[in-house]
Amino acid sequence: MDNENTPSAAARRQFLADTARMACGVGLLGLGVGLYARHAKALPPAAIRPPGALPETDFSAACIRCGMCVRDCPYNILHLAKPEEPMSTGTPYFVARQLPCEMCEDIPCVKACPTGALDHSLKDINKSKMGLAVLVDHETCLNFLGLRCDICYRVCPVIDKAITLDPQTNARTGKHTLFIPVVHSEHCTGCGKCEKACPTEVASIKVFPLYMAKGQLSSHYRLGWVEKEKAGGSLVAPDVEHQYNMPEGMKYESGKGLSPSTPPDAPPGTAPGSTSGLPKAFQGGKL
Amino acid sequence: MSAAPFQRPGAEAIAAKGWLAAHKWLILRRSSQIGILLLFLVGPWFGIWIVKGNLNFSYTLNFLPLTDPYVILQSLLARQVPEKLALTGVLIVLLLYLLVGGRSYCSWVCPVNLLTDFAYWLRVRLGLKGSAHIGRPTRYWMLGMTLVIALATGSIAWEMVNPVSMMHRGLIFGLGLAWAVLLAVFLFDLFVMRHGWCGHLCPVGAFYSLIGKFSLARIKLPARDACNDCMDCFAVCPEPQVIRPALKAIGGTPPLILEANCTNCGRCIDVCSKDVFAFGTRFNTPVVTVTGAPQAASK
Repeated sequence: MDNENTPSAAARRQFLADTARMACGVGLLGLGVGLYARHAKALPPAAIRPPGALPETDFSAACIRCGMCVRDCPYNILHLAKPEEPMSTGTPYFVARQLPCEMCEDIPCVKACPTGALDHSLKDINKSKMGLAVLVDHETCLNFLGLRCDICYRVCPVIDKAITLDPQTNARTGKHTLFIPVVHSEHCTGCGKCEKACPTEVASIKVFPLYMAKGQLSSHYRLGWVEKEKAGGSLVAPDVEHQYNMPEGMKYESGKGLSPSTPPDAPPGTAPGSTSGLPKAFQGGKL
Repeated sequence: MSAAPFQRPGAEAIAAKGWLAAHKWLILRRSSQIGILLLFLVGPWFGIWIVKGNLNFSYTLNFLPLTDPYVILQSLLARQVPEKLALTGVLIVLLLYLLVGGRSYCSWVCPVNLLTDFAYWLRVRLGLKGSAHIGRPTRYWMLGMTLVIALATGSIAWEMVNPVSMMHRGLIFGLGLAWAVLLAVFLFDLFVMRHGWCGHLCPVGAFYSLIGKFSLARIKLPARDACNDCMDCFAVCPEPQVIRPALKAIGGTPPLILEANCTNCGRCIDVCSKDVFAFGTRFNTPVVTVTGAPQAASK
């Protein structure tokens, strides 16, 4: 204790105090920045990354925010995020409703990336997964309303694969067909052309980042019909034929519907003159 | 002291050497800073693509890749290994700054320096005296912090708020609200702390100072015996603590500034009426009388 007031002790205490001050101040700042960075890892729904972008957690580590992809995009669709935008500052994105990806065959944006944040192993633009189109609003989609809009289907660069039109009965009119646009995630690249072209005031089909748009079945789920095909036959063998309980004297054939069954020999006791074994109710007679 | 107390630093040098010679390195440096910025800007402004990208990575004439080693270090800590092109750029930049001096980046390239130098100029003009005190080594804590958050968050987290890349990227790709961050840096330097950002806090500068520990180009003091203690070099130097040991031969320091935080701005060469300073290399230490030459006799 007696050396507490010597110059070296005072200097040491000053040094420790200064060090603690710097460490605490900088540590607080670091905590703030770190939390902010974690917060920004969830990509906002309208922002779509360029083709070949790594999953968001890897992307925010690999992208050095140089803007080379922005420069080499021949259609100028890409932007670098500004500080006020809700994603990592300086990272590239596009907004499909403004300008969708034109899916260049040589993928210049990926080639321009110096770090591989846009994965250089992507050689076929049709294999890119920028996002996934989702028909978000069944109430406003014109095809759902029974019209033949079909625009999303027509503009799709992977036509007839990424979006198909599946016929369904129009229950409202009872006699027309609805051509329902169905997106197939296996083929959809997330280019956003459908969203850009959708004629409703607010797009009824939108592209979202994959993590938002794609569901996943539980790993223990098995699809019976798939398993049946794999196995080359029913797994709950043998298939039991369905038994129908028909009205008396009636039979059912698919397509024809109900029709009177004609048994080989008419049972005794049927009224003379009757041409069939139909119950009375079906012969127009009073019961 | 020969200079009047209110005389601006460098007045003596202007009188002795003429205005141009007393501003030579300052003019060259501003030309370099603005010229580099213009090289990046003629692309988006006029469609003349000499340089693409920004200070984090740039590609000159589709031939020369230049990568900021600091941002790649953060990327590596966030567990991502870049492609060869970026790594080549890192090597070139490391070699370049090993030659010209690590913190030459700060004084000859970085756009924020224009901003903070302006803040300092205004601070002197307005006669603002007070300055908050935190140690200059704080920048190394900042550097450490940025590396720790890269490791902890698995992302280049510092780039979200880094005023240096925000300014350069903003000028080229669109500023957005980055102007507010830059205004904050400017006001901080003007009213809160003298040489606050570049001299105390900036982790980018701290990183480049580490390269500067080994770099070739240095300020030497071939005529330190001619020093008349006018203090002009201390007044203009953004890191005045680097001058004293070499100028005053403290602890037998040779007349060569080997301190990592010297930014090689050359302003001390400009403002010295006695031509004490000159650019040199770390190896060509000028031979001077080390054995207690009486310096006060110079007048």
